[in-house]
Amino acid sequence: MKITREEVEHVARLARLKFGEEEVEMFTKQLNEILLYMEKLNELDTSEVPPTFHAMEKENAFRSDEVGSSLELKKVLDNAPEDNGESFVVPKIF
Amino acid sequence: MDYEVIIGLEVHAQLLTESKIFCTCSTTFGASPNTHTCPVCLGMPGVLPVLNKKVVEFALKLALATNCKIASFSQFARKNYFYPDLPKGYQISQYELPIAEHGWIEIEVNGERKKIGITRIHMEEDAGKLVHDELKPVSYVDFNRTGVPLLEIVSEPDIRSSDEAVAYLKNLRDIVRYLGICDGNMEEGSFRCDANISLRPVGQAEFGTRTELKNMNSFRHVQRALDYEIKRQKSLLLEGKEIVQETRLWDESSGKTLGMRGKEEANDYRYFPDPDLVPIRVDSDWIQKVRETLPELPDEKRARFLSEYHLPAYDAEVLTTSKDLADYFEECVKVYPQPKKVSNWIMAELMRELNRDNRDITECPVSPKNLGILLSMIDDGTISGKIAKTVFAEMYKTGKDPKSIVEEKGLVQVTDRGEISKVIDEVLSENPNQVKEYKEGKTKLLGFFVGQVMKKTRGKANPKLVNEILREKLG
Ligand SMILES: [Zn+2]
Repeated sequence: MKITREEVEHVARLARLKFGEEEVEMFTKQLNEILLYMEKLNELDTSEVPPTFHAMEKENAFRSDEVGSSLELKKVLDNAPEDNGESFVVPKIF
Repeated sequence: MDYEVIIGLEVHAQLLTESKIFCTCSTTFGASPNTHTCPVCLGMPGVLPVLNKKVVEFALKLALATNCKIASFSQFARKNYFYPDLPKGYQISQYELPIAEHGWIEIEVNGERKKIGITRIHMEEDAGKLVHDELKPVSYVDFNRTGVPLLEIVSEPDIRSSDEAVAYLKNLRDIVRYLGICDGNMEEGSFRCDANISLRPVGQAEFGTRTELKNMNSFRHVQRALDYEIKRQKSLLLEGKEIVQETRLWDESSGKTLGMRGKEEANDYRYFPDPDLVPIRVDSDWIQKVRETLPELPDEKRARFLSEYHLPAYDAEVLTTSKDLADYFEECVKVYPQPKKVSNWIMAELMRELNRDNRDITECPVSPKNLGILLSMIDDGTISGKIAKTVFAEMYKTGKDPKSIVEEKGLVQVTDRGEISKVIDEVLSENPNQVKEYKEGKTKLLGFFVGQVMKKTRGKANPKLVNEILREKLG
């Protein structure tokens, strides 16, 4: 499988990223190189191996339904590019 | 040309857990913005979400109650999209391996019963809330709701009318309420519904192009939005035009669905298994344990009310809309074992008061036991049916028991023949003209005399005795 320029542009749009011509070129090339490397893994016959969903062989890691402490509001907003003292402020989106 | 309507519904039910699905923040509604958030639900790098076990238990309850097949192995997935109410840039949801699939619930429309298939039930986290500024081009983000657990219930496209859609939703809402897993409040958004709707010529096998309807915050909105959309699509098809596949918002004020522009590319979610969360394994022991906790469900209760109490279908339907109301009825019947009379009082007197005050049955000042006692007091002649209504109003106002109200207010029914006779004699001598007319054959004046006697005794005279003695004296 080969990644096209259009696919790179599409994924960039979904991620709200804007790339210049040269960048699109570079990412297309890089992504294809990564895929090429993955192709190498495809050389192995895995038809008998069930798909893995997790790196660890653990199941059912639960917590009980108990309320703990939340973060202090000041700290919550510390990383906000803009805030009004209680909420994050973002450009209006429809 | 005649068209067939095809509707499928997606319901999001907010779960009544204490804490969020992947962190220990509180789910309490109405806290000041962003005070119920932490690094996990804010999507900070390096944090690890851990699944709240109660969410799985609630999902299993609903799966069993809706006849679903429970997956022994299930997994969370990331649904990727960018929106300011989603701090991580993805929503943790389920995709390939949902917790339950292939279920059904039954609905009844115009006396006909029908099964509506349930495609799947999956667990996911809610997003935050955006408040738009009225003047400035900015929005304010509150992440308190982010990470509140949801169950998404997707129906098969088995629904054929807006009536069926509403019946399905009401039934599903009753079920989640009976299970105690969701408060089912559409107005407040804890029970939300989106609808997929398309039309096809009768007899055609393949579906037509569908639209997705959102922003319907009550059963009435759902009904009106679907009816409008059916009309809109039908007239387009009749004109030979094409339906555009799009999301449309219901606008209650104009009574129309309006197309949403500019979100066309958003449907590319690039799901993949979430590596932060290990799979969920549900064995038959666990399922059995959950099954043992299931309450009697609305359909079963309705059927039992019909057979055990011999109630009319309408009464059984109304009384079982909520478990609390059904319990109230049964408590009352224990004290006063005449189901139909109890049902009449609950559906007329009691519901009228509750609806007027916008109160739930659990907030009713009249206990079921006291209502039962009141009804027995009519039967044993302590009070008349008319006085009972006065006593009931007082019970509702004060929460007192009927016996003390009747004593305090001196409302005990007069059953003493001598006393009633005396009042009747007074009435007859005060109204000689009416007595004359009565004797000349105008017998419907009996009601007039009864009324006068009741007025003098402030409604306390036993009406049966009043009638009897009046007839003797006039006859
Ligand atoms: Zn949190």
